[in-house]
Amino acid sequence: MAVRVQEEDFDVGAELARLTAGNKRIGGLTVFVGLVREMHVREGLHRDRIDALTLEHYPGMTERALEEIEAEAKRRWPLEATLIVHRHGRLAAGDRIVLVAVGSPHRGAAFQACEFLVDWLKTKAPFWKLEETPGGEKWVGAHDGDDAAAARWEQERR
Amino acid sequence: MKVRYFAWMKRTVGVAEEDVTPPAEVRTVGDLVVWLRGRSTGHAEALSEGAAFGAAVDQRTATFDVPIGGAREVAFFPPFTGG
Repeated sequence: MAVRVQEEDFDVGAELARLTAGNKRIGGLTVFVGLVREMHVREGLHRDRIDALTLEHYPGMTERALEEIEAEAKRRWPLEATLIVHRHGRLAAGDRIVLVAVGSPHRGAAFQACEFLVDWLKTKAPFWKLEETPGGEKWVGAHDGDDAAAARWEQERR
Repeated sequence: MKVRYFAWMKRTVGVAEEDVTPPAEVRTVGDLVVWLRGRSTGHAEALSEGAAFGAAVDQRTATFDVPIGGAREVAFFPPFTGG
């Protein structure tokens, strides 16, 4: 069980190898890797291309929030291993931004817990995206879709 | 106590953090919001009634009715957009 917030990139293969090393009870390992997507936003009459973004976070609270989300996943599913690595700082389109990996004896729990962790970290961990466009900088607003995705797990609470 | 601001609120207020000593009648997060508005036009704009923002007391998400007595750090921030 581990949570890391870092500026540097991560090596997915190396992280997974380290996460599962020596644990033979894991039968399924699910992985989510979030990337910075190249996007276009409409600003009045012209379209702006987002070249890069800067992720700000709240050191201390971020780690605590991620640990609480991880602990909640452990309460809900039988998990053998979890890892959340979230980057901060300036990231360009195509860069890796977040890694969530979950190991469980069976795939069902691994799939569900991974999706839960991604949904909850989007709405409960203190990160903010500042997009860079040719027209200037713009703070990203929260998405209703993210709130709905996170709320789904409140209803399914067992 | 230390008050911290994040994302666009930091730019609007003009500082990332500040040390403040609110009077005794400022008891909750909501009271602090109202009191901080009086510090500058930037504060008033960032913490205005129509602005969408949340708060944390000692690095835990807090609603506006949470007491701040004894708190070391109160933070204000827009909705999270990570992941």
